[in-house]
Order: sequence, then structure tokens, then C-alpha cells
Amino acid sequence: MAMDQGLKSELQKAGVFTITVEELYNWGRKNSIWPLQFGLACCAIEMIATACSRYDLARFGAEVFRPSPRQADLMIVAGTVTKKMAPQVVRLFNQMPEPKYVIAMGACAISGGPFKQGYNVLKGIDRYIPVDVHIPGCPPRPEALLHALITLQKQIEQDHVLGKVKPRAYTPDATTEWPVPAYGEHDLEPPFNPEVWKPQPLVRTDAK
Amino acid sequence: METLEQIRARIEAAVSGAQVALDGKSLVVGRQHLLDVVRFLKNDPALAMDYCANLCAVDWLPRKVKVKQGDAEVEQERPGYLEVVYDFYSMAKKHGPVQLKCRTDGREGTPEMPSITPLFHGAELQEREAYDLYGIWFTGHPDLRRILMWDEFKDYPMRKDYHPPDDFKYEPTPHYDVLAREKQHWPAKPS
Repeated sequence: MAMDQGLKSELQKAGVFTITVEELYNWGRKNSIWPLQFGLACCAIEMIATACSRYDLARFGAEVFRPSPRQADLMIVAGTVTKKMAPQVVRLFNQMPEPKYVIAMGACAISGGPFKQGYNVLKGIDRYIPVDVHIPGCPPRPEALLHALITLQKQIEQDHVLGKVKPRAYTPDATTEWPVPAYGEHDLEPPFNPEVWKPQPLVRTDAK
Repeated sequence: METLEQIRARIEAAVSGAQVALDGKSLVVGRQHLLDVVRFLKNDPALAMDYCANLCAVDWLPRKVKVKQGDAEVEQERPGYLEVVYDFYSMAKKHGPVQLKCRTDGREGTPEMPSITPLFHGAELQEREAYDLYGIWFTGHPDLRRILMWDEFKDYPMRKDYHPPDDFKYEPTPHYDVLAREKQHWPAKPS
């Protein structure tokens, strides 16, 4: 329900400021994203640096790191997700109330990073939970995390509370719980959630 | 500190029935005498090895080794085994290390090995790690269970014949063994 920009600026010249409820609502939401206080590896150190005074996450309203998933809106998966840790990460995400968002921070969280060919590291948390913003880097600079937060804010800005295309949080029958993988005898079971992640098709490099 | 040869002779004199072999810069001890030998190293006033710095396992597959018999070199089959390497230092005497090796009987299942945790409490977590990753069963350990992998896990991932789960993911620039892994997942060649 966007307002006509021309009309809006004409009214502004006359001293009348208009805004839709949706805009106001999204403006409030995007400027108070409370992240979950939760770090898995060295990327968490960069996340802490981002929260401290030099980079100051508070400028974007996201400085309130909550120690409980019940009070958090954003999960910053900062660091290597081992297969032993993955069920706990999914469980924490399930315990967060809607609307909730995920930023996968760093090479490990988005793909497994340097441990990708190993046996004990999950090859990206997007195998089990829906990730909104991926940040590459090992570790990403604090500026990169700020950029990811701004990207997320732009995404929230465009959410429609009413209308046909609604975000997950406003769709009553949408999934709010993602299946927690079980510890198997050789690997996590299932190895990925097909509703969230689909393997990228491989292309033969010898085929012409 | 005494030379390795002197330590070897003193161990054989002090621990009855112990057979100690020299292997490079380390002493190889039989399983049945390991605990007595470690106790001797710890309690001997001249050695006073009061600190177990490190304990790690090695997986040896069955292999052929060249053994000197007189002047000729003879090739011998050696069965596979798991080996635990201990590094002892003396904090009191400020010397060390004395490196000790102990080998299991074969490498099928979880072969047994005496635990040195009753003598060195610091070895407790290290022995749990060796059990977790190599599958060596340390008899006499107070709480032997997996430490890095989850309890339901059945494999021993640092063994040389371990096959990791097949969870290959798209790689932008695969090469060498990663390319070989990718080739196993390629779609059928169009005819």
C-alpha cells in the first residue's frame, strides 16, 4: 500500500506529512531488530566488535543482544556449525518467536568454509533453516555485518502486512518450526531439509 | 637426563618381565607392562616424570617393512595395529621428554589398551579423544565415552579406512581429490 510519491511530496510542501500504517510499522520493526546473543566460533569475535563502540551496531537499533531466544528477532549464525551443534542451532531458531530472521555470517556458516571437505562440519546452516542474508568472508569485517543488517532492514521495509504476498510471520498456516535433525550413526539424519535447501545441480565439465 | 638406552636398561631391571624396545627416539612397551613402566618413570627419583604432556594415537595399516637380518634386508609383513604415543616430561627435574609407545593387538573393532588415567589424571580427556577418533578401548578409564562426536556416532573418523558420509556440495572450482569426489556425483553422460 505505497502512497503516490508525487502526492506525498506535494503535501509535504504544504506542511502535511503523510505515512501509511504499514510504513510506520515496518519502520519501527526494522529499527529494533534484537539479535540472539550466540556465537559459535571466531566470527563471533567480529560480531562482538560490531556491537562495540568503534562500529556501533546501536546506530541501527540492533544493539540489544538477548540471551534468550524467546526475546530475539534475529539469529546471527556466527561461526562454524559442527554437526554436533546443528540440532541445537535449529532448536534455538524454533524457540524464537515470529517474525524471525537469520544472517549466516562467514564462510563456515554459509558453506562449511575451510572444513567443507571434512566429516564433522555442516556444509552451511541453510541446509536446515531459511537464511535471509549470507555474508562471505573468513571472518567478515564488521562493516560486512553492518551491511548485512542494512540489507535485512531493506528487506523488512518491503514487507507487506496486508495483501496477498505476505511474509511468513503474517501467514497463519506457515511453518514456524523446522525439523530438528537427529544424530545418526554416521551423519545427521536427514542430511538436509529438502523444503529449505536443494542441492545445486552439478554440471559435467567434460561434456560438450 | 640419562640416555634412552640407559632408561631402557633401568626399566627392564626395575619392572619384572618388561620387554622394552627402542624405536627411533621412543621406547616401545608391551601392553601388559605399560602401567608398571609409567609408574616407574613417574616414581623413579632420578627421572621423576611427573607430567604427561601429550597422548596421541596413530593408525597403522598392515604393511611391509624391511628388517635387517644379519647383512641382508628381508621384507616382512607387519599386521595393522593402533599405537598410542605418550610424551612425559619432568617438571621437578626440568628435563624430558621421554616418549613411550604402546601398541594394540590388531585394529579390528575397539582393541584394548591399559589406561594411564589412574596415574596421570590429565590423560583422562586425551584418552577419551583417542577412543572417540581411533576406537581404542582404555581399560581402567573412569569415564570412557565419546568426547568430540555425538554418542550415537558409530565410526572412528581418524582411522585410515574411514569413509566420511557422502554429503558432497557444489564447488565452484573443484580440483584434485575434490574433483574426484564431484565426478562421483555427476549426472549420466548424454549419449
